[in-house]
Amino acid sequence: MPEYTNQEWLEYLRSEETDPENFNQALADLRDYLQRGLRYALASRVDANRLDALIEDSSQDALLRILDKMDTFRGESRFTTWAVKVAVRLALTELRRKRWENIAIEDLVPEDTGIDYTPAILTDTVKLPEQQTYQREVMGVVERLIMSDLTPRQRQVMIAIIKGGMPINEVADRIGTNPNALYKMLHDARKRLKQRLEEEGYSTHEILEAFAEG
Amino acid sequence: MQLDPEFLKQVVKGIASTDDEELHCNECFDQLDCFAEQVLAGKPASDAMPLVQSHLDRCPPCREEFEALLDALQELDNE
Repeated sequence: MPEYTNQEWLEYLRSEETDPENFNQALADLRDYLQRGLRYALASRVDANRLDALIEDSSQDALLRILDKMDTFRGESRFTTWAVKVAVRLALTELRRKRWENIAIEDLVPEDTGIDYTPAILTDTVKLPEQQTYQREVMGVVERLIMSDLTPRQRQVMIAIIKGGMPINEVADRIGTNPNALYKMLHDARKRLKQRLEEEGYSTHEILEAFAEG
Repeated sequence: MQLDPEFLKQVVKGIASTDDEELHCNECFDQLDCFAEQVLAGKPASDAMPLVQSHLDRCPPCREEFEALLDALQELDNE
């Protein structure tokens, strides 16, 4: 593949009308590069029998996206790095969409009655080493705060994402919002819980140390 | 409502490492090409771009995209 500078990539890929020869060559070179990159990115993440189709679809989608979004390229990396980034994200988003398509949030979250339920591990009286006793105490406080200070919606998405492992995009689609707004909802929930913990005299620094292992 | 201990442990860690300022997934993505090149060049990317690093630490989908991107760039460089 010929080496293009960032400037050349941008110029050629914008020259469909004025210089179709360079445009077509650059587009073909970029497609080829993205397909090789996607194969490296996906080889260990996708079943072999689905790999070719995913590479084909994602590289095509990525080329369209790249041509459409070229103005947002900041020039802080190589153009090809930026282009591979776009392609990898499209491929993995598609992969996650397939993986999660038949799973509802309700499948991942227990019924929320608003009633505090304390797991046995938090109440049993077996003698534990000091660190575990402290961990148990903090977990008990956090559980109480989750029930008292978060909305049912905040609880629901937190459980779906953290416990259920559902990607933020997938949760956002299901509750009719966008990933940025959902991230903000979760961030607000964490900030609220952090503030309440600190008000109750728990230092986040100590907590991080106590929970560092496992 | 039953909250199991493993979930609570994850939440506690998430709360304790919460920053007032955090990047959204898209803001992280915007800087990911630059971040990845610094990592591949052996530069201290997480010092230079701490908000990107902390987003990757707490967001599994973005982390997966970053790791896949690194795989691709590394192998492309080796061709």
